Amino acid sequence: MISLAGRDIMHAWGKFVFTGVGLGLLIGVTLTMAGVYRGMVDDAKALLDNSGADLWVVQKDTLGPYAESSSLYDDVYRSILGISGVARAANITYLTMQVREAASEGGRDVRAMVVGVVAGGPGEPGQPSYLVSGRQITRGHYEAVADIATGFQLGQRIQIRRNHYTVVGLTRRMVSSGGDPMVFIPLKDAQEAQFLKDNDAIVQQRRRTAGNPAFNRPGVPDLLSQVIASQSTNSFVNAVLVQIKPGVTAEEVAEPIRRWKRLQVYTRTQMEGILVGKLIATSAKQIGMFLVILAIVSAAIVAFIIYTLTLGKIREIAVLKLIGTKNRTIAGMIMQQAVGLGVIGFVVGKVAASFWAPIFPKYVLLEPGDAIRGFFAVMVICVLASLLAIRAALKVDPAEAIGG
Amino acid sequence: MADNLLIGEHLAKGINIEGLRKRYGEGDTAVDALKEVNMRVAPGEVVGLVGPSGSGKSTLLKCLGAVIEPTAGRMTLGEQVIYDNGWKIGDLRALRRDKIGFVFQAPYLIPFLDVTDNVALLPMLAGHPNAESRSRALALLQALDVAHRAKAMPSQLSGGEQQRVSIARALVNRPPVILADEPTAPLDSERALAVIRILNQMALQYETAIIVVTHDEKIIPTFKRIYHIRDGKTHEEAGEGRPFE
Ligand SMILES: Nc1ncnc2c1ncn2[C@@H]1O[C@H](COP(=O)(O)OP(=O)(O)OP(=O)(O)O)[C@@H](O)[C@H]1O
Ligand SMILES: [Mg+2]
Repeated sequence: MISLAGRDIMHAWGKFVFTGVGLGLLIGVTLTMAGVYRGMVDDAKALLDNSGADLWVVQKDTLGPYAESSSLYDDVYRSILGISGVARAANITYLTMQVREAASEGGRDVRAMVVGVVAGGPGEPGQPSYLVSGRQITRGHYEAVADIATGFQLGQRIQIRRNHYTVVGLTRRMVSSGGDPMVFIPLKDAQEAQFLKDNDAIVQQRRRTAGNPAFNRPGVPDLLSQVIASQSTNSFVNAVLVQIKPGVTAEEVAEPIRRWKRLQVYTRTQMEGILVGKLIATSAKQIGMFLVILAIVSAAIVAFIIYTLTLGKIREIAVLKLIGTKNRTIAGMIMQQAVGLGVIGFVVGKVAASFWAPIFPKYVLLEPGDAIRGFFAVMVICVLASLLAIRAALKVDPAEAIGG
Repeated sequence: MADNLLIGEHLAKGINIEGLRKRYGEGDTAVDALKEVNMRVAPGEVVGLVGPSGSGKSTLLKCLGAVIEPTAGRMTLGEQVIYDNGWKIGDLRALRRDKIGFVFQAPYLIPFLDVTDNVALLPMLAGHPNAESRSRALALLQALDVAHRAKAMPSQLSGGEQQRVSIARALVNRPPVILADEPTAPLDSERALAVIRILNQMALQYETAIIVVTHDEKIIPTFKRIYHIRDGKTHEEAGEGRPFE
């Protein structure tokens, strides 16, 4: 027996390939949507991996530092270092903002997550785990390590708030959970950047403080300048990143910190739960909605195309029935065509998605598992969509072939 | 069932219709399309079926072709009873595939199959291997003088060539019966006579009983026997039996 579906496709291959390509672009969009979601999850995991931490110590009753804001005194880390099982602990601040190139170098601005880290080497908590060029931050001020996605060059001068920094190192795939590239600067500078007001605001604040009789007592001459000095420093950080010693579990170390330091501590698993379950949950639902709609639209399109192709063959189907073709053969022909269309569409979609995924501004991760699931979904959709056409074909009366 | 049909294949080739009736619809809107049809066609014979529009010709072909169910009566193919106030055969599609060949006014070839496969499709559907089906198809195409177009698609053939291919398709399973509905309508008189000649040759060669429904004045004189149908009733008449060579 010959393949009726195959012959029909070969006969009208132009029409078939064109519809297949159209469907393919739609499938490509669907695969890309899934890739966008995977990219978000992967960005979140990269953020956690790259922080080099086993535990995140944050302000009590917050989901910080990524999903909610959190602030801790910057000397908390010292007492954490004293807990048994803690290998290293380091302060860290995160601040998402626009980072500008120095005006002399173009003045372009880039959305970035500015990370304040204590100077140290790779592998220490908070530090970028590797560099693609340049060196780590070694000085306490005005040096920066930037992700290459920012587009900054080694030696370039960048501006964060009012201060200028020199890019001394470049790193790769260091992104926030939102996909913004990171710029690492010394902790002190970062604390200042979070806090720093403009000159007018500072003048205003000083005037108000001076105007407050509580701080400006005649008998205590130094009080006012002390208060003003304390107002212009920021002794808070967003979190303390903790690395634990080998041989202890994260929970074993986390528990005493929660209990004795009365702080919130998250392990890696909990942190991943917060990022995936809370921070990107709404976006994930948004994308899920898109996937559902795209699946319905694709199904409708396949059903419509196959239905029209079948209606165009009513006479041939009547003749096939008249000369004794089984219903099974006719249904098989229609279903094979639907599946054929799905295969063309899937191949085109996969190629298209792989082609355009790297152009997206944020990370799009096309997982082979998603492609396989997508393929099966396409097959199921095509089979279901062909049912309508099959129903129409089976209703065709062989007497129509004889006519009046 | 199939075995029964194969026993005495020679005997099982004539058509016999007795008291066939067909009513479309029910109640007030009922139409008695066939009231009393009696017909007999021997193997190797080509008979004409003529009658005015609406007299029931197509209805008769559809009943005989097992695509609509008659209301009452009896139809046999040789010794095989196919209808006796109800179908006597379970698989009507297999009956159509193996026992009945159809030729229509328009050739209705399958546009996505080439000429050979349009003909070879029937033996293939009956479960014969592709190679055997194709060689049977080619032999018939040769006999019908269209073998040189064997690889062409139907759309590339002339009307007469298409009609000959559809005759090859009707013949390829060696059915004991061929039903032709206005097979010569789109053809000029020379081609129309050629089709009738081919049908007569094939009837003799394969011992097929052939019924040709026609209005065509060009070919009516060629039949030796003609059934007239009027108001759903048949009358047999001798035809001129004029030579068509
Ligand atoms: N499906 C149907 N339902 C109801 N009535 C029908 C149906 N098919 C045919 N008829 C009626 O049965 C009668 C016979 O119709 P039939 O098609 O057999 O005529 P015919 O001899 O083939 O005519 P023509 O030469 O015009 O093709 C007509 O009166 C027609 O209206
Ligand atoms: Mg008719």
